[in-house]
Amino acid sequence: MFLQLVGNGLVTGSVIAIAAVGVSLVYGILGLVNFAFGDVMAFGGFVAFLFNVTLGLPIAAATAIAMLMTALLCVVLEGVLWRPLRLRRAGFMSLFLASIGLALVLRQAIFLVAGPQTRAFDVDPYRVYVVASVRFSTGQTAALVVATATIVLVGLVLGLTSVGRTMRAVADSRTLAAVAGIDTERVVVLTWVLAGLLAALAGVLAGLVQSSFDPNFGFSLLLPTFAAVVLGGIGSAYGALAGGIALGLAMEVSTWSGFFGGVDSVYKPVVAFAVLIVALLLRPQGLLGKARLA
Amino acid sequence: MNAIASGEFWVFVGVIAGIYTLLGLGIQLEFGFAGLLNFGHVAFMAIGAYTMAILTVKAGLSMWLSAGLGVLAAAAAGIVLGLPTLRLRADYFAIVTIAFGEIVRYVATNEDGLTGGSQGTINLAGPGQASEYNGSWERFQTWLQHALHVGSSDVAMLLVVWAAALALTALLAASARTPWSRVLKSIREDEDVAASLGKNVFAYKLQALALGSAAAGLAGCFFAWQFSFFSPGDFAPLLTFFAWMIVILGGLGRPWSVPVGALMLGVIYAGTRFFDFPPFSYFDSAERAYLRLIVIGVVIIGLVLFRPQGVLGRREELVLE
Repeated sequence: MFLQLVGNGLVTGSVIAIAAVGVSLVYGILGLVNFAFGDVMAFGGFVAFLFNVTLGLPIAAATAIAMLMTALLCVVLEGVLWRPLRLRRAGFMSLFLASIGLALVLRQAIFLVAGPQTRAFDVDPYRVYVVASVRFSTGQTAALVVATATIVLVGLVLGLTSVGRTMRAVADSRTLAAVAGIDTERVVVLTWVLAGLLAALAGVLAGLVQSSFDPNFGFSLLLPTFAAVVLGGIGSAYGALAGGIALGLAMEVSTWSGFFGGVDSVYKPVVAFAVLIVALLLRPQGLLGKARLA
Repeated sequence: MNAIASGEFWVFVGVIAGIYTLLGLGIQLEFGFAGLLNFGHVAFMAIGAYTMAILTVKAGLSMWLSAGLGVLAAAAAGIVLGLPTLRLRADYFAIVTIAFGEIVRYVATNEDGLTGGSQGTINLAGPGQASEYNGSWERFQTWLQHALHVGSSDVAMLLVVWAAALALTALLAASARTPWSRVLKSIREDEDVAASLGKNVFAYKLQALALGSAAAGLAGCFFAWQFSFFSPGDFAPLLTFFAWMIVILGGLGRPWSVPVGALMLGVIYAGTRFFDFPPFSYFDSAERAYLRLIVIGVVIIGLVLFRPQGVLGRREELVLE
């Protein structure tokens, strides 16, 4: 039972981790706490649903198309919203509020087009994989495998490629990066592409793991994602990964009966927030975040 | 009869705008004065409403006493939230307040024994039992209707809500000229400067959060009386963003702009109900509900882009950053 919960925790955690890396990258490069990220995830999930169920494509192909279209959405939004705001020297507060407005628009637009019904991807719900007495559904297995591959891939992109190096440089200091000859606007667009790909992937995987979803599901994932980002230290991509896994484990393992009889499973999100608040009190800069100056 | 011409409908919009004014005043004090980013404001409204209803139904207290305790409970919750978190950086604090709002809603949804669960206060006294918390309120409304010779109890409600809203606005406006408010505003501008002048920044922020939460608690009581029944779903994060939008629509840092902003939001939100020209006429009423929220979202984005000091705000005092 305990192992099963650890397994579930890894699945939940790796989906949150993918989303959290997306949020964290955008925050690092643009200083934007993106409240619309959950609804961008839902957008990806629903585009994948359109191609997978309505048009009958295999889930992998539908996911790939959804990732590309979500990346495109993010780039378009950069052009019509975020870039104009930056040109007006908008600060943290303006950007955050604009993202709240955008979240409303996106979520209601999904409601308008897709309707309020719950949906499910076209995968075999009864197939079960057993690893060391831990049982995983098809969706959970896919989430675990894909998430692990994605996490390694993102780590490689950020750590080894020139794109990753320029991104980290801009995140450290935009001005210094520009002085060093980096085309910062290009880095911003690349960041949005990466964030869009990650958002759609996280949306699809979350939809697979939950087995059914409605247009609100992105928003319900947003707060655990924020918790993971803050837990890891805002702006640190690796921290966000660690934060996501830690939160997923904490949420699932807290329901273990050996843990003071187990927390009622409806309170899993509350566990995530409680972990977040306690962690912030003990370590305000986050698990892997840099200590605040002054 | 066409709803747009019906007086009853606009009285309803007016009552809601009055309740939103109370909610917005809390954000005006917390953000407009003290610079606090509280995105869990609706939680304090829920705490006020639930405390009032639970104490009236379960503990048998008088509704008026329960309402007073509800406002106090909201203020106390502000202190409990603020004590550990107000020392955090602004962006961390903002995220923690969102989390707090969701925790309150989860608890209200799942602790059936305490709150009636997801079905709301109808279950408050247990299954199959009438649970009414607003009997005293309805008697008061009827008494007021006759005392003032107004047409309906809804009009009486409108007058009470706005009396409370305007009184509280006047109080905030009067406090804006006190040294206390000047310290809050100096904290908003630069808390290190305020601290170096010997001001206890933490204590001032805590007071602002507690008082703003009390205003939300009062809004919660009026909300509960207006609808005579409520459930956790009524306290979704959307209401917090309505309160923010009111303050930005009206004008940052200016108390009297809050009722103006609340009326503007009420008219935008209710008015979009009557858009029956293309493209709106192509959608049915459920779809139009989504469209209305899209309009609200677009207005928020438009304000941030083109009018960052709010419609009635002063650029010299406070601009969204």
